[in-house]
Order: sequence, then structure tokens, then C-alpha cells
Amino acid sequence: MFDLIKRLTDSFGVSGNEEGIRETIINEIKNDIQEISVDTLGNLIAIKPGKGKKIMVAAHMDEIGVMATYIDEKGFIRFANIGGVSSFVSVGQKVRFKNGTIGAVFYEDKLEDMKNLKLSKMYIDIGAKDKNEAEKSVRIGDVACFMGDAVRQSDMVFSKAIDDRSGCAVLIKAIKELPQTDNEIYFVFTVQEELGLRGAKTAAYQLKPDMAIAVDVTATGDTPEAQLMEVKCGYGPAIKIKDRSIICHPEVKKLLEQSANNINIPYQYEVLEFGGSDPGAIHISAGGVPSGAISIPCRYVHSPVEAASLEDMENAVKLLVEAIK
Amino acid sequence: MYIKELTELNGVSGNEDEVREYIKKCIKELVDEISIDSMGNLIAFKKGKNSKYKVMLSAHMDEVGFMVTGFGESGVVKFATVGGIDERILPGKRVLVGEKNIPGVIGSKPVHMQEREERNVNIKLKKMYIDIGTDKREETEKLVSLGDYVAFYSPYTQFGEGLVKAKALDDRVGCAILIEALKERYEFDLYACFTVQEEVGLRGSEIAAYTVNPDIALVVEGTTCSDVPGVEKSEYSTVLGDGAALTIMDRTSYPSKNFVNYIFELAQKSKLSIQFKQTNSGGNDAGKIQMSRGGVVTASISVPCRYIHSPVSVMSEKDFNSCRDIVIAVLKDLGKNQQLIENMKRI
Repeated sequence: MFDLIKRLTDSFGVSGNEEGIRETIINEIKNDIQEISVDTLGNLIAIKPGKGKKIMVAAHMDEIGVMATYIDEKGFIRFANIGGVSSFVSVGQKVRFKNGTIGAVFYEDKLEDMKNLKLSKMYIDIGAKDKNEAEKSVRIGDVACFMGDAVRQSDMVFSKAIDDRSGCAVLIKAIKELPQTDNEIYFVFTVQEELGLRGAKTAAYQLKPDMAIAVDVTATGDTPEAQLMEVKCGYGPAIKIKDRSIICHPEVKKLLEQSANNINIPYQYEVLEFGGSDPGAIHISAGGVPSGAISIPCRYVHSPVEAASLEDMENAVKLLVEAIK
Repeated sequence: MYIKELTELNGVSGNEDEVREYIKKCIKELVDEISIDSMGNLIAFKKGKNSKYKVMLSAHMDEVGFMVTGFGESGVVKFATVGGIDERILPGKRVLVGEKNIPGVIGSKPVHMQEREERNVNIKLKKMYIDIGTDKREETEKLVSLGDYVAFYSPYTQFGEGLVKAKALDDRVGCAILIEALKERYEFDLYACFTVQEEVGLRGSEIAAYTVNPDIALVVEGTTCSDVPGVEKSEYSTVLGDGAALTIMDRTSYPSKNFVNYIFELAQKSKLSIQFKQTNSGGNDAGKIQMSRGGVVTASISVPCRYIHSPVSVMSEKDFNSCRDIVIAVLKDLGKNQQLIENMKRI
């Protein structure tokens, strides 16, 4: 699992720019599933045909990042966020543009109070001497991802983009481990989730599934002085009950509970009081789709040191396969 | 240029009738079919010479304004905003109330009557009213009804070097460009959609895009222009006079990169001035159109407008012309190379 996570988190895929990660995933699954297509927005759709229930399984490929908006005379780059980027978490980080250019993120010296730190008062330094030199590497509109190589320590992995490459990994493994089944299963690697659940909406419209299960990360309440939340890393995948975008369908929730009990894996319940996720868009698309989600507990979401348990991911694969087979 | 006529008509979101009627008159000889849907979107269809693809152009007819919410005993009208308006600019502005376009002014407590503390804070919308010159509630109620729309009053004025001041440039500039574009016939089927209720949440375009089900869509807009004193150059969204502004990303959409690059390169090749919009704020109909049905290849190009959403929006005629020329150049070129549309759909 760790090697797969490493390959996936290494790939470039800032929202709206999922070309790199899409290639990586196609390479992972092309020998395991015949029907693979890419739609207008860039969603990667892999279909296991069948005559039974039509089930959509979704994980988003995109990750948060930044976009160059202005290059000044000295070659410093101003930027905007793509998805939920915290100014505090960004300070002192390295970012990597699609073409490999690396930059350091810092803030204007004259800032007196850290509380006033805003992205508009920050910049990316790519070490260019002036605007001309900078423009050779970076153009307005170019995007960069945060750098944070995946590392493993016992059961935990620390990396950027575990949100939601861990979900992608779960789908990839499920494709490989899926036993014979009548169900028609759509494995969808969606785009632009971090910009507002956009890819999932159009994918669900095209596929019109009978049911949908998304796999994404969720926040935890197991760190020092954390906001109250029941979910803990390493205590099994979480069955989503609600977040800001969806109240999960009771039948899907029940199916996931029964599946977890059948195979005897630990699981938890997730009630997320902030944030939304792909099933939020799926369940109100195409006339309505009963939807639910399996969540990977993840600390420090939207930072370069997102942390999650490999065993939780392995158990999520087992749970997903049991539920859709 | 249609802009004088278009901006002097009133069409606050949900009340686009006057604008729709005018556009209908302008285009009826130019198109094959005109339909109006249940929300009031005007969809003009122009058959192509070789109809394999459906291309959608979109501009919204509505503008920001106000709605009557109540009356004071002294005959004044209480009101709420429709769409995003900075309430600090309102005192002293001229407006037209209701279908009869009754003139009024937005009033508030005079400065010499304000307490010391009041002078240091902005006047709240709640404390403002529209004075239509009556002095009794009964008189006002004979002229104005609850729910009546109120629009800014601001005659179209040319000034400076090729600049225009008007209200509702957002998005009558887009409407004017769509009318101009309909004067040509293209290879593909063209659907020019004049949408409603953009300013209250991109509502009309969502159903127009669903109805048209296009292969590719271009949104033509009026967008912010913040190249004014007090703003850092790095935070200018667009620069007045630098040409049509192409959106890379905003709050509601991340337009198709292939389509955006194609438009930019075509404009440069054709020597038409174009700039990238350099901030990621704001949003427009492109957000709903791009995510319609199974997803639509979408881009959005705009005329920069200073002081947008105010009665004194300012644009440059040069920018308007380049935006119009780019839109028409794109349509002609896409007609010649329809494979391009197919390629963009396939990412």
C-alpha cells in the first residue's frame, strides 16, 4: 500500500490540472480493467460491466495548490489559492510547478502581526533574477502543488495529497481485488473536488448509477486540544453519516455497516461538521442517487504533512470490495 | 453599438422583460428561431451550414438593482438590494421605481443631523430610503407597490478618450456582442443565450445550458477592473484599455485550459488586444454551464469595467471592440476547424 501511495502522491494533480495523476492511475489499472475513458471535464471513468446493480465508486484525483497571478519586476510571483489553502500552513513551504520549477513560499517583511497574514501579502520565490527570467519558467495561470514527499513510520504515512490519493489507492486496489460479480461498477477518479465537487457532479449525471460510494479522507479528533470529533487514526475506516454537503442515505450506510461486520474489520462513524465531499454533488445529480462514503481518517488535512494509517486504508479496500461485490 | 440603448433599459434580476424585448427586436431578422423559456432566458438559434456541433454563446440580461420592501409614514420607500451592491455608494444616487419608472433619489439622515458616532460609520442600508417626492404613505402606495423593482438611473455618456460611463455595462456589453455575433452565419449550429438572474446566483444559465446541451460554450461578460489608485499593481484584476479579458479561473469555474489557450493564441495571431484576468475572484454563468449535464467545454471572455455594479461603470470602447472581434474570430475559426471542438471535448 505504501508504495502505491507514494506513486500516487508524487504525481502532479492540482485541481483542474489532473493530467499527471490521471496518467499514473491509468498505468496502475490498465491491465486490470478493460473499459477506461476520460470525459469532458477530465474525470477518469473505469467500468466493470455487468447486468446487476449500477454502482458508482468515486475518489477525487485532484489536490489543493496555488496559481500564479502576477509576476513583479524582480521576478517574485504573487499567487492565489486553488482549493482550501491556509496562509499559515503555506509559509515556509516549497511548491512545485507542473514543469518542475520549484519555489519557496514566504511573506512580505513589513507584516507586523502574524494574525494579518493573507495569501495576497505572500509570494513565491523561484530564485529568478528578474521578471524576464521568471517568465521563462512560470506564466500567469500556471499552477503548483505543495511539496511533501511521502514517508512511512510504522503504520503511519505522512505526505501531501493523502487527500485524496489514499481514496484513489483504495479504488485501485479494489479494482484489482474485486471478485466475480454481476454488478456493473463505475470506478470514477474525479476532478476539481477541491473547487466545489465539480467533476463528481458531471460524472454522476452521465452514469446515472443506482447507488454511489465515495472514498475520501476525513478529519480526526485525536490530536492535542483537537476540536471534538470521534474519528481517530488507526481505528478503522469511517462510515460517513453526514458532512456539510450530504446526509448519507440510510440504506448505503446500512450496507457499509453490514459489510464491515461480515468481514469483521474495525470501523468508526464519521460526523463531519465542516467541509463537503463528492457524494454531496452525486446524491443530487441525475434525479437523485442514494449515496454514502467510506472515509480514511487523516490528520492535518490540506497540509504537506497529512497523516493517515496504512491499515485503515487496507481495511477500507476490504470494506469497499465487500460492499460492491 | 446597441450599448446606449441596452444600458438605458432597466432589467434588474428577475425583471428582464424590457431588455429581452429590445434584444428580440434587434435579432429577429438575424436568426432562425427565437424561444423564451420558463425563467425568461431568450435563446436564439441560428442554423449552421454544416451542423455537427452545437456552440453556445451566453450573456446575461439582468443587472443589479433594488426591490421595494416597505413604506414610511412620510411617503418614503424602503428597499433591499438585488444582487451584489456596495451599500456605501448609495446615498445621493438617482433611481427609477417600478414599471412606470417613477424618479426617486436615495436619501438618508443629513450629515449635520448625525450624532458624532454616526458620522464615523457608514450609513446602513436599513437607514436609507427612496424619496419619490410624495409626503404621505397613501400617495406613495398609489404609485408604488411592494415588490416593485428599482433600477439605477444613469444615462449613457461618452467621455475622455474613448471611454463610456453607464449603468449595467455588466452585462449589456455581452448582450451587445452576442447581437453583433449573430450578424454572421457560421458552420455549426449557434445558440445565443441571453440569460436571466445571473446576479442572484447564475440561475438562468443553468437551465439554458441544460436545454441547449452544447458541445462548447463561450460566456461574454463585463468583469471587474481594479486598475485604480490605492490598489497594488499585483492586485489589478484587469487593466482598462488593455483589451478583452480572458478568465483563467474564478470562484465558479476553471475554464477549459485548451479553449482558453486557443482563444488567447488566436487573438494574438489576429492582432486583437487580449489580457488575462489576473485575480481569481468573482464568478459568472460559466460556472453553471461548464457543469451542465455531463460537462461542457467552457471559457469566458469579458470587457473590463471599472466601478462595476454601480451606476457609473466605466469601460473603454477599444476593449469592447476587441472583445467583440475576438468572439467573432473564435466562432469563424472554430467553424473552419470543427475538429478543434472534438479535440477540446476529449481533453
